Amino acid sequence: MNSFIAFIMGPMVWISAIIFLGGLLFKFIGIIQSVRSKEPYVFSYLTVKHSLRSIGAWLIPFFPKSTRLSPVYYGISYVFHIFLFVIPLFLASHIVLFNEAFQISWPALNDGVADWLSLAVIAALVFFAIRRQMVPEVKYLTSGSDYLLIFLVALPFITGYLAYHQWFAYRWMVVAHVLSGELMLIMIPFSRFSHMLTAPLTRAYMGSEFGNVRHARDW
Amino acid sequence: MQSQDNTMTDPSNETKQAEKAKQKATDPAIEAGLERLTPERIKKTINQVLEKETGPRFKAYVETCMRCGLCAEACSYFLSNDRDPRFMPAAKVKNTIWEMLVKKGEVSRDFLREAVRISHLECNVCKRCAMYCPFGIDIAYMMLLVRRICHKLEITPQYIQDTVNSHSVTLNQMWVKDDEWIDTLQWQEEDAREEFEDLQIPLDKMGADIMYSVIAPEPKFQAGLIYQTAAMMHAAGIDWTMPSTPGWDNSNMAMYTGDNEISGRIAKAFFETAAKLRVKRIVMGECGHAFRSVYDMGNRWNSWVMPPFEVVHALAFYHELLTEGRITIAEKYKKKVTLHDPCNVSRGRGLHDKAREVVNMVCEDFVDMVPNREHNFCCGAGGGVINCGPPYKGERMVNNRNKAEQLAATGAEVLIAPCHNCHSGLEDIIQHYDLKMEIKFLGDLMYETMEKKIYKPGA
Repeated sequence: MNSFIAFIMGPMVWISAIIFLGGLLFKFIGIIQSVRSKEPYVFSYLTVKHSLRSIGAWLIPFFPKSTRLSPVYYGISYVFHIFLFVIPLFLASHIVLFNEAFQISWPALNDGVADWLSLAVIAALVFFAIRRQMVPEVKYLTSGSDYLLIFLVALPFITGYLAYHQWFAYRWMVVAHVLSGELMLIMIPFSRFSHMLTAPLTRAYMGSEFGNVRHARDW
Repeated sequence: MQSQDNTMTDPSNETKQAEKAKQKATDPAIEAGLERLTPERIKKTINQVLEKETGPRFKAYVETCMRCGLCAEACSYFLSNDRDPRFMPAAKVKNTIWEMLVKKGEVSRDFLREAVRISHLECNVCKRCAMYCPFGIDIAYMMLLVRRICHKLEITPQYIQDTVNSHSVTLNQMWVKDDEWIDTLQWQEEDAREEFEDLQIPLDKMGADIMYSVIAPEPKFQAGLIYQTAAMMHAAGIDWTMPSTPGWDNSNMAMYTGDNEISGRIAKAFFETAAKLRVKRIVMGECGHAFRSVYDMGNRWNSWVMPPFEVVHALAFYHELLTEGRITIAEKYKKKVTLHDPCNVSRGRGLHDKAREVVNMVCEDFVDMVPNREHNFCCGAGGGVINCGPPYKGERMVNNRNKAEQLAATGAEVLIAPCHNCHSGLEDIIQHYDLKMEIKFLGDLMYETMEKKIYKPGA
């Protein structure tokens, strides 16, 4: 059992990080190659200027009209995505691990703040799940996999929160936390989590079609 | 006013009407086509299109959609049908191409009957939803993909298929015969000479500055529009010509049925006609889909990144005539007007600001509809929907309720619709919802208000 735990806490962290980064890189190369061989016209219309114009416009909170029509969902979603990256990257206990591995460190979030931010992420995920039930048009599109994705993101935050407070079975909670974090990282290239790579690409293409060909705004 | 309120706000009445219209609209071409299909052919065709005719773009759209539902707010069909989820853009994808993908092409005839309906009658491929999706997913592209599959399965609605047949045989949309075309132009020229001495509609003038092109419905039943343009060309002293040979029609319904081969052929014939006449640029009448065809899509089917000629839509051309002082307005139009931005020249070419400048130069009292410009609601007729013909008019009117409400809110007396499809669809809406509005092309107002100069060469 101890050797299993040692594997989860040691080599598996490296393996999942490599699968996450390598998987996204592999996917990106695959997309570029496939565009080149099957749909090279995409490159005829893609421009850096219009890609960035569109991505930029959609990063400004409440700038696109669509986001103003659903302000609550959009606002929560916006903050959720920021916290999703900020918390794991700026958590003191994570920075310690980075320091051990690479001898680098950076300023950490105050633990108390991070604690509240984690709760906010969990609350946002609960909101997403409820929204999937309550809003008819979203419910119509929703399938089991949508809840599974919500659950997969929630798990590292829930276990991390419980581990930090050491309310029960601390040691097992840490193991569960590491395991669920690894699972999420591994799943990113192979699930719709990969929208972290593909969404900027689809946005860039549509932004270029609108900016370059249509001379119109797409926000 | 009472009756108008009733029709616009009573959803149960509208839903009943829609159900009734649906039952009535059994399309013989779709039904006969479905009869001919075998499960093997369905599977083979769907998989051929999905595997060979799509690529990373489609794959990325399928993998990227997070089912967030934000596209719903974009769609006139969703808003007109009391927010029925079946009409939201992502649901249309879910109920057509996702299902085909998941089932690997093993879908039933009933499923395909629904797929034809959704892709041909419940989507105008106006691309408004692409502006409401945070990821810019192009749902119109996927609806055109469904139409492509329907085309290959030969289950395209009858009326629009007939226009494609006409394109294929005559290179124009309305079975206009070669001699009828020339005859119509000469008839308009003759009529116009009573008003403008020496006016000409020059045919096949080599090396003219401008080739003017129209869609086939103009010679077929709106020849007066050609008259008006000829008057403007004459008054402005433009060196122009119209082709006497096939290739004069810039419309392209094959683009909307997924008959990409014929669509490419039409665009090629069009550009070759311009090349043969060695004109400097092409100006086209007030049509949106035709503009999309030669500016955005037809060129791609002939492997041109951009069209080989400068293609100028009427809106931009009027702007040029007025700002260069080639045409002056004698007296501005008095009635209160509003402007409908057609998707293919606004969202499709950003001409909305120029259009407003022209309207303000021509009219005294302009009021904008809300939303407007790129965000304008679709006319509900474009994208080949109105071309599916009279059997579907009833349900189209139900699906356009949202547009009727938008129009009514302007309080304008005159609606300017600078696109043929929009014009016809909006005319139906005005009639059905009893809106007290007249509908006009921008060219109608240009002609009505302009200084009717008689052009003398060298003068």
